[in-house]
Amino acid sequence: MARIVGIDLGTTNSLIGVMDSGFPILLADSEGFRLTPSIVHFPVSGEPLVGRPAGRMRAISPERTVFSVKRLMGVRPGETGKDTFPFRVADAQGKTTIVIGDHTVTPEEVSTIILSKLKADAERSLGSSIDRAVITVPAYFNDLQRQATKRAGEAAGFAVERIINEPTAAALAYGLDRLKDRAKIAVYDLGGGTFDISILELNEGVFRVLSTNGNTRLGGDDIDRDLVRLLEERITARYPEIRHELKDPLFSARLRELAHDAKLRLSEENGMQIEIPFLSGNRRFNYLLSRQELEAITRPIIRRTRSHCLRSMDDAKVAPRDLDEVILVGGVTRMPIVRQLVAEIFQRLPNTSQNPDEAVAIGATIQAGIISGEIQSVVLLDVTPLSLGVETFGGLMNVIIPRNTTIPCKAGEMFTNAVAYQRSMRIKVLQGERELAKDNWQLGSFEIEFAPVPKGVARVGIQFEIDANGILHVLARDISTGQQTLLDLASAVDVSDEAVEQMIAESVDHAFEDMSERVWTETSIRSNELLPAVKSALTLVGDQLTQADKQEIDALVKAVNEALDSKDIQRLKSANAALDQGTQHLATLLIDRAMSEAERRRAG
Amino acid sequence: MARSMCWHCQSEVAGEYFCERCVKVQPVSKETDYFTCLGFPRRLTIDPTELEAKFYELSRAFHPDFYQNKSETEQSISLGNAATLNTAYRTLRDPIQRAEYLLDLEAGAVKEIRPSPPADLFEEILALQDTLEEYRASDRASPTGKQLRDKLHTEQQTLEQRKCDMEVQLKQLFFDWDALQDRGEATGEARSERDRLLKQMREILSNRSYVNHIVDDLVATIG
Repeated sequence: MARIVGIDLGTTNSLIGVMDSGFPILLADSEGFRLTPSIVHFPVSGEPLVGRPAGRMRAISPERTVFSVKRLMGVRPGETGKDTFPFRVADAQGKTTIVIGDHTVTPEEVSTIILSKLKADAERSLGSSIDRAVITVPAYFNDLQRQATKRAGEAAGFAVERIINEPTAAALAYGLDRLKDRAKIAVYDLGGGTFDISILELNEGVFRVLSTNGNTRLGGDDIDRDLVRLLEERITARYPEIRHELKDPLFSARLRELAHDAKLRLSEENGMQIEIPFLSGNRRFNYLLSRQELEAITRPIIRRTRSHCLRSMDDAKVAPRDLDEVILVGGVTRMPIVRQLVAEIFQRLPNTSQNPDEAVAIGATIQAGIISGEIQSVVLLDVTPLSLGVETFGGLMNVIIPRNTTIPCKAGEMFTNAVAYQRSMRIKVLQGERELAKDNWQLGSFEIEFAPVPKGVARVGIQFEIDANGILHVLARDISTGQQTLLDLASAVDVSDEAVEQMIAESVDHAFEDMSERVWTETSIRSNELLPAVKSALTLVGDQLTQADKQEIDALVKAVNEALDSKDIQRLKSANAALDQGTQHLATLLIDRAMSEAERRRAG
Repeated sequence: MARSMCWHCQSEVAGEYFCERCVKVQPVSKETDYFTCLGFPRRLTIDPTELEAKFYELSRAFHPDFYQNKSETEQSISLGNAATLNTAYRTLRDPIQRAEYLLDLEAGAVKEIRPSPPADLFEEILALQDTLEEYRASDRASPTGKQLRDKLHTEQQTLEQRKCDMEVQLKQLFFDWDALQDRGEATGEARSERDRLLKQMREILSNRSYVNHIVDDLVATIG
């Protein structure tokens, strides 16, 4: 049987391992290191450089050298947050891309290049070809980010046998030689780009995740960024006249390297001399950076992990004293301040037995061993990190599979036609914990088709399945035949709200005589959506309206009702539009109410 | 036990998860309830350690990790079985969810009963709702606000006590139910006892969740 490799596709470094006579081992890359920097350099001509050779180009050719691409995986333009990169990140028709000269690459393609190097180097070192892999992702990755990672692996020529969560992998590495134990552990995983916390129960070879939480844009990169800012401030304080030169991409890249190295050094030392001999002209910059200064920057970033830890313990129904160990993984956990803050959160000294850079890759390799059958005594039961739901009336999220449900899992949901003779309905699929649909990740949408029957008679069963990779599949079940068909989730980009509205508007505008029935149905669907929504909104927040506002809305409602009776399409369309327009204020009040309710609940 | 045919070798399988002849995994039938799935009788008292052990044992049998090298059919059976198993365990692990699930299974005659809360509880809660509204509208730092808060706090304790009492009652009913099942009598008396127990459980469960909602609301308001 073909071997399966385990891969940690990290923000900063990537690693690859394989089972060897029952033990997980990590393989060195062609430069002789187990840690391959997740950096890709695109030269003006020729093949891209990957890993250490690419790293050397970062300070020389920053705009053509891509790093930390994991923070862009499965992320839509506008969701990149505070991240800034020396290379150009752009929006190409709703997809995040990286612009290199006159070419563009996607974050997924960059990951594929990194994975291809790992594959080629491992094949060279093993002397045989490999085409099956287990790849790790942050536990808090959503469906889109998982799918992007899986596609990147497939494009590199792997059959991706499993996508496994990083803290879970680390738990495997910790627990493999403790298979007789029963214990509750927490894995605190703070890497270059992402933070995860998972609580697990280990019970004679069963690794069961009880809960997981995290933040996919919180990590060492944030410390580097703030440290660069501090150094820039110190430089401008000394040489205000060269302020503009700090923005030079070459200089920024150099400063970033310096900051990153200083951060690493200060885990061992109490202070270090930062030296930039040829800052500008014959200006030189010397600065003694103390560990205290670095810690002052780091503390607020690490504090942000606290609420995630508390929530995960709450979800797992454990208190700090119930935990037997808190395992640290991820390079950033080498920092003394991180260990100190973790000790405070969990009220105990963390366990540092695992190599923070390698535990995840070792765990991925163990998972590969479980799948290939080389390891037989281990069962891994993981959970889905985020609640899955659909958007319901009024823009709220209706949870179908709650977070921390053991995977694989399934849940069925029945949809029915809201009005008579409605032919179809578009359902938006969401992931996240917020009350309002728009605050959650939009995974995409699918369309349900109904037979033309009276209101409430059409029924379509939809099955939501989350597989062992944490990836969602949506199936429609035909009730009469029992046949299931896999539905494609159109990405939210493909069908933006505007596009859908435009489509409807166009179909209405270009209606011919024989289509008038359908147009009438569509328009009356809109009315029948609006009217009950307005009615329920009035009962909820009507007391916050002025008498005049109320009268106006009453009049608009009356106009829609009359238009419905008149069977005049144009009249109904404009009555709908007027009611929609006239109740905008009402919608705002509703959202405010939902927000304050959510706040209240959270505060409680 | 329902009899069916192995999807692979067509030999007869009698509810086992693996065909005796070709050892292929068999799909857990849609008609299999969660108790049967986990190999427990339909009882309301279940030892959590035993349940967990059974869950782990079946996870070792069904988890998709062990089917990655098998045929597509077996992979899809494994996925379906593991998903059913996970839901079954989640439902049976929690005593309240377990009871609600059993009621759904056994409902029959009592299915139509939509219990309404007893009058005294209903009035108590109506009064409480008023106090809650008053508190929300009041200046919380004022003496009135503080007074209302104390009042709500006392109410909360009363309700939580009530919830505890209901849970004690439930425990007794669970016990009675299990005993009745164990006797396995088919008399008319046993049948009416059965309906009485189901009806009472349904009532208390629904009152409990009613009280639960109010307590949640209270906690959210007074913190």
